[in-house]
Amino acid sequence: METDTAHPTTGPPDHHHSEITLRVNGKPHTLTVDHRSVLLDVLREDLDLTGAKKGCDHGQCGACTVLVDGRRANSCLLPAVALDGGDITTVEGLGGDGEELHPLQRAFLDRDAFQCGYCTPGQICSAIGALAEAAAGHPSHVTDPGAPSGPPVALDRAEIRERLSGNLCRCGAYPNIVEAVEDVIP
Amino acid sequence: MKPFGYVRAGSVEEAADAYASHPGARYLGGGTNLVDLMKLGVEQPATLVDVSRLPLDSVEELPDGALRIGATVRNSDLAAHRLVRDRYPVLSQALLAGASGQLRNIATTGGNLLQRTRCPYFQDTSKPCNKREPASGCGARDGVHRDHAVLGHSPHCIATHPSDMAVALAALDTQVELYGADGERSVPAAEFHRLPGDHPERDTEIRPGEIITGVVLPAAAAGLPSRYRKARDRASYAFALASVAAVLRADDGVVQHVGVAFGALAHRPWRARRAEEALLGAAPTAAAFERAVDLELAAAQPLSDNAYKVGLARDLALDVLTRLAPPTTST
Repeated sequence: METDTAHPTTGPPDHHHSEITLRVNGKPHTLTVDHRSVLLDVLREDLDLTGAKKGCDHGQCGACTVLVDGRRANSCLLPAVALDGGDITTVEGLGGDGEELHPLQRAFLDRDAFQCGYCTPGQICSAIGALAEAAAGHPSHVTDPGAPSGPPVALDRAEIRERLSGNLCRCGAYPNIVEAVEDVIP
Repeated sequence: MKPFGYVRAGSVEEAADAYASHPGARYLGGGTNLVDLMKLGVEQPATLVDVSRLPLDSVEELPDGALRIGATVRNSDLAAHRLVRDRYPVLSQALLAGASGQLRNIATTGGNLLQRTRCPYFQDTSKPCNKREPASGCGARDGVHRDHAVLGHSPHCIATHPSDMAVALAALDTQVELYGADGERSVPAAEFHRLPGDHPERDTEIRPGEIITGVVLPAAAAGLPSRYRKARDRASYAFALASVAAVLRADDGVVQHVGVAFGALAHRPWRARRAEEALLGAAPTAAAFERAVDLELAAAQPLSDNAYKVGLARDLALDVLTRLAPPTTST
């Protein structure tokens, strides 16, 4: 297991620091973290994974979205110490080994689903989480309340827009983002 | 942010003990509100007692047909739960009307109830706020208060409780189960949150160190027609300007069971008891709904810039009640 010397959290665990292990993109990391560090800071500052972006830092913009134990979450609001033992996937880990892109990453390129690109890693991680939720039968605000509970929810454009409402794009690339997500619906 | 200690509790008892032995402690559930407030400098805990991994993450049917939801069940899982969708659709709808997909994956049932009743002045430490700092004044009353309370506010505070989930729980006659130094007790969800009065710093009836262990949805409301509707400034991912949760059963042209609660109008989910009293035993007609809702909202005391909320809440309530009424009587 690789041990990272984490900045700014050098030194042994004490009252304000703890040692944790996170599995990030399939690779275990043991770090001593300041309790104030949120997952986003650990990813960017300690593990040099700068794909997840700091936008608002308050859970309002979604640019920091990653998958925690397979579920999408705002990494800016998660104290890293509370995630000890967790399995994290960032945009860097979606394509697997090598340069191969995840189909949704490829769809974002094909559909020109971004302008500045700052929100893109969060959009992609969020969409992957949303697709899994729909496949597991999770309804959304726009799902017909009379629909039977349990079966997968079919995603039309209204469903995609609603399910991705936690990811803001200040360039306004939403139409192409929706098309990119539509391209990878099974 | 100030440095703080961290303790992960393995049991409810351990959590309560850790809280008691660490002055300045706060319980950490999903943290979506607490961590945000810590970043803003509003909350400055000395220790976080992590209760997010307590074994309270199940939804179980009780022998009497009620449904018990553990405090650490995530909002997304609760909204998608088959028994919740089938028996208490208003709760699933309310949860899905709140926050974003990411936040619902993190936020817990207990944490949703314990998110702070708040407003932008509370979150800005450069502004006066009686809730954040008692006796410092209220910046909102003569400031920007378009989103603020129209019912039950006090000279000290006009903030609203932002939860959608809590509005549905109030309408459903849910019980909130608590554990603390004095043992277990339960409080009706509709009375769990407080009106501000002279102590706006207290959002709920919870006692220091007490922990929410779960909520119980009563068998009496299971399977009844219920619905949630929310008005907001954009189509998704925004707090309510007004919302309503309602449960209504009418048989043979008579209302047999009714629960109505408003969101975003007050310091707590506003259970519409007067409207319910007027409707119970009456015919579920449009005229009866109008009379009942107007009776409830007659208590509104809007501020200079939020009177629109009263009419908005009225329209939402009439729409929801009309849709819940049996077709033969809804004309």
